[in-house]
Amino acid sequence: MKQYLVETETLTKAYPGESGGSPDLVVFENVNFRIKEGEFITCIGHSGCGKSTILNILAGLQSPSSGYSFLKGKEIKGPGLDRAVVFQGHSLLPWLTAYENVAFAVKSRWPDWTRQQVREHSLQYLDMVGLSGAVDRKPHQLSGGMKQRVGIARAFAMQSRLLLMDEPFGALDALTRGSIQEELVKICASTGQTVFMITHDVDEAILLSDRIFLMTNGPKANIAECVVVDIPKPRDRATIIHDQGYYTIRNHLVDFLVSRSRELSGATREVAKHEIRNESGALVYPPDVNPLKKAKAATLAAETV
Amino acid sequence: MNTTIKGYLFSVFLFVVFIIGWHFATYAPETTTSGTELSASQVEALVTSGLAEADARALTAAGLRFDQIEQIAGIGLSLAEIEMAGGIGSFGFTTGEGGAAETAVTGFPGPGQVGRVVFEQFSDPFYDKGPNDKGVLLQLLYSLRRVALGFGLALLVALPLGFLLGMSPVFKTALDPYIQILKPISPLAWMPLALYTIKDAEASSIFVIFICSIWPMLVNTSFGVASVKSDWVNLGRTLELSRFSLAFRIILPAAAPTIFTGMRISIGIAWLVIVAAEMLIGGTGIGYFVWNEWNGLNIDSMILAILVIGLVGFALDMSINLLLKKFAYES
Repeated sequence: MKQYLVETETLTKAYPGESGGSPDLVVFENVNFRIKEGEFITCIGHSGCGKSTILNILAGLQSPSSGYSFLKGKEIKGPGLDRAVVFQGHSLLPWLTAYENVAFAVKSRWPDWTRQQVREHSLQYLDMVGLSGAVDRKPHQLSGGMKQRVGIARAFAMQSRLLLMDEPFGALDALTRGSIQEELVKICASTGQTVFMITHDVDEAILLSDRIFLMTNGPKANIAECVVVDIPKPRDRATIIHDQGYYTIRNHLVDFLVSRSRELSGATREVAKHEIRNESGALVYPPDVNPLKKAKAATLAAETV
Repeated sequence: MNTTIKGYLFSVFLFVVFIIGWHFATYAPETTTSGTELSASQVEALVTSGLAEADARALTAAGLRFDQIEQIAGIGLSLAEIEMAGGIGSFGFTTGEGGAAETAVTGFPGPGQVGRVVFEQFSDPFYDKGPNDKGVLLQLLYSLRRVALGFGLALLVALPLGFLLGMSPVFKTALDPYIQILKPISPLAWMPLALYTIKDAEASSIFVIFICSIWPMLVNTSFGVASVKSDWVNLGRTLELSRFSLAFRIILPAAAPTIFTGMRISIGIAWLVIVAAEMLIGGTGIGYFVWNEWNGLNIDSMILAILVIGLVGFALDMSINLLLKKFAYES
């Protein structure tokens, strides 16, 4: 059996109702998914479906109401150095310089390292995100894009098993976002880092992901399917839009967000038991869907008719 | 021209206008009724009212004004008889010294006279000639020592306690009513109770400084700690920092500006309160100095002391502000 890096089992998050009588607010329910080592996963869904909560549970910063999550077969019970997080805001410590921010994390990760080792390692990752010229600046002297770059450098420098990113580029303008995305593609290709990232941006998801988790609307949200992005790597922002499959996948995603995310939600339909566990009691995972294969099959069928 | 320089020039101008205004408001021209010498007509008038000319000159030399000498002449005694009766003081006359003429007319010293007192005091600021006659800066050191002790103790209590309040909502809810009730009590209201229980004036005044400077620091520390961005704390948790590291390397630097602001408010209040406290307990200190000079009706020394209090308060505020700037950050 193939070993997965991350697995979740009937992950559920519910908040108790306001007064005694009102029912609990179930944000998401029975979420099962698996992530392989080295995979880049993005998670897309409307606001309120609990994407961030799932990420925080994987980070160990929040705990689920019920269900479990595992990292390399070990249950996640709290935050740890084996998972690095890039938060929505830049979350740099404003009283430290860019270098000190990265070094702070590096020192925590490897307490035994010498000053020289910490320095080399930190500078290497700052260089990787193109910030070698700004290492001694404080966060307020950096632009929004540069701050987020420092955050990414800090997260990658920790060389954690799993990198969690919560809408890392949400606050950036389109141009900056594009250039950082491109850097992220390169860094991931060279490091083979496993990433779980939340985004609202469909194009960003296609550019970066191996698989895209599509979440239905909350309350009672779930992962409806995992879209396999079957576009060869390394990808490039300029050329990927000319790829034949690009718009097939894009349309599939947009179609899901516009209509299917609501139809498939646990709030609008009864989720059958066999969708969570099969008759033998094994977990049922959301199906991998490959829109490109589907499209090919459809055209083949049309030609043969 | 630079706006800052313009501003400073304007404030120098205001100062000059103030000094000139002060000078004219208190200016009393030297009249013939006062001074060290009598005119021939005045001597004649005194002699006709029964005072020997030599006595009149002696009284003038003793510093009495013409109108005072006139009254003495009205008593009908010679100077020798007056001395036997206990001197002119026993008749209710006081002799002025130096600038007595100026004060006697308006009652309020002019800038020149205050300037003289400032010069005199600062030429020997630390002299000590017994309990009621000490140099102004020596008195100031007594006050500063009390403030330093009271404020330091308050800091030692407020920082850890504020941390605890900021970190633990239970603790905060539990202690909040006490803080809210104790905070608005005038620190001087504690003074009698302190004197009764501690039975020591020095310790009581330090306690009063302690109790007045603890609240702003306590409230600000707890607020600063409680409002540290959750992202920063979460970052610390993902880095598996120990509780100690989390407190000292993330929460403390994050809350530092708020804490220093609390310290700044506290030192200001402490400096306000020490003057009043020393007026109550007496003995030493700049507050006692003011009160003592008031009792001796030395308005010029009072003004000097008021000036010194203001300058020192400003210096205390600026020194904490410098620390605040050092630890401030922009996010």
